[in-house]
Amino acid sequence: MINEAFKRYQERIQNLSAEELVLNMGPQHPSTHGVLRLELITDGEIVNEVIPHVGYLHRCFEKHGQSMSYQQTIPYTDRLDYLSSMNSSHAFVMGVERMLGIDQEIPKRVEYIRVLVCELNRIGSHLIALGTYGIDIGAFTPFLWCFRDREHIMGLLEWASGARLLYNFIWVGGLFYDLPVGFEERCKEFVDYFKPKMVELNELLTNNQVFINRTANVGVLPLDVAINYGCSGPMLRGSGLKWDLRRIDGYSVYPELDFDIPVGKGEMGSVGDCWDRFKVRIDEIGESLKMIEQCVERLQKELKRTPDFDPRAKLPRKIIPKAQDYYIRAENPKGELGFYFIADGKTEIPKRVKARGPSFNNLSVLPAISKGVMIADLVAIIGSIDIVLGELDR
Amino acid sequence: MSFEEIKLLLTGKFGESVIVGEETAGLQPALLIHPKQISEVCLFLRDHPQTYFDFLACLSGVDYGQEKRFGVVYHLSSIPYQTQLTLKVSVEKPAGPEVLPSFPTVSNVYRTADWHEREAYDLLGIDFEGHPDLRRILLPDDWEGFPLRNDYKSAEYYKGIRID
Repeated sequence: MINEAFKRYQERIQNLSAEELVLNMGPQHPSTHGVLRLELITDGEIVNEVIPHVGYLHRCFEKHGQSMSYQQTIPYTDRLDYLSSMNSSHAFVMGVERMLGIDQEIPKRVEYIRVLVCELNRIGSHLIALGTYGIDIGAFTPFLWCFRDREHIMGLLEWASGARLLYNFIWVGGLFYDLPVGFEERCKEFVDYFKPKMVELNELLTNNQVFINRTANVGVLPLDVAINYGCSGPMLRGSGLKWDLRRIDGYSVYPELDFDIPVGKGEMGSVGDCWDRFKVRIDEIGESLKMIEQCVERLQKELKRTPDFDPRAKLPRKIIPKAQDYYIRAENPKGELGFYFIADGKTEIPKRVKARGPSFNNLSVLPAISKGVMIADLVAIIGSIDIVLGELDR
Repeated sequence: MSFEEIKLLLTGKFGESVIVGEETAGLQPALLIHPKQISEVCLFLRDHPQTYFDFLACLSGVDYGQEKRFGVVYHLSSIPYQTQLTLKVSVEKPAGPEVLPSFPTVSNVYRTADWHEREAYDLLGIDFEGHPDLRRILLPDDWEGFPLRNDYKSAEYYKGIRID
């Protein structure tokens, strides 16, 4: 079914002026971080207009969500943002728990383990963002360094859950399994190992003059535009707003942890440029390390592992929330991840599950901030948005 | 501003008819807005100094199924006040299969609604009046039907290829 708007779009492409040229970028283009296709209307090296085409990785998450029960949907949430599966399933599980009214009964140890694995996963996701951004700009070494360090996180999470990428570890009312013996010590070792590596990465990439020249003052996203386009996460914080749902909503045990919210200050150029967004991610890794240290300390002291502790003790046998609708939001590495549930109160299957992916909203600002930039700068802007197509297309 | 105060503010500005109902049973109370006025209500709530709902977190199209209704749910949040608000609109399903349920667009108030409305059009077949570019977004442009509707039947063929 071809509608009016599609005809308008076709006319726009067909009736180009003599100077304009359509350049197709993607879906198989390394610098678009997955199967994103951009149609660029260019004038020489200048980009006049960007038309994003998404949906190449659409896997019908919402249709699946309304045809199976809540527990069965958790593995699908892992596949939304496959670089931070723990965070996605944490958000989903929290929403279901609040609808059931059992969110206050979850044992403290379970909550701390959840936050610990989420923060580990957040570092892993940011490392990919930073490493691939280096490649976009033309620096290959940071990519290898980031992947080398991420490998340790993958090893830890594999040890805990049995899987390397898609964990299915956080369940409604508890966890798949308690942490293996010695996990906390290994986390500590990882933090000690990783801190000097971040200093090296900063020397190599963040404060590198070539990198600064490529990213400072490029793709400046003013704060009002960011808010109006629904940008969240490092995109919004890079534009200078202290907005972190871990603080604002204070879900899980985040109110008990001590951490700062890094924001873009425009140190190298202007506030909200690509370098600021990059720097926010670098700083967030440091904050996540702080949180991991605090979680590990508590898990070793007052919330120590006991032989009779069962992380599955609170698992509800049947998940039938009361008839209501509920919107849960949580801070993912990419931004605000939301799930909107409609429960009818009779069955285990929700009537509607809508996922609000942060990448979806973050990418929608791209046509607005990339008018009149060079093609090479466009690559830098896409990289700094840090999209994951799995959650963009759902 | 509390839920009741927002209600008073809206009825004071637009009259009693703007609020068709409310849902206060669940964890998040919601206001049912008259479908014709949703765009003005959003603009008013965004710019009013006591509310400043400047961030549209989520926009979801819903097919209510047996009640033969289609709706759109808006989750607004206010960054200065750190509050949240849910607005809902719904209309009865139009008679013919070709006629789409229609709502005014809010993409001129929140630019983020642009892609969200395209998604609702794509998956649920909801028309948004005044939307600048209402093309399909996740599915191919020549897709037949709207997959998230309750009466959707999977196609047997796609471009002459049999789907198993």
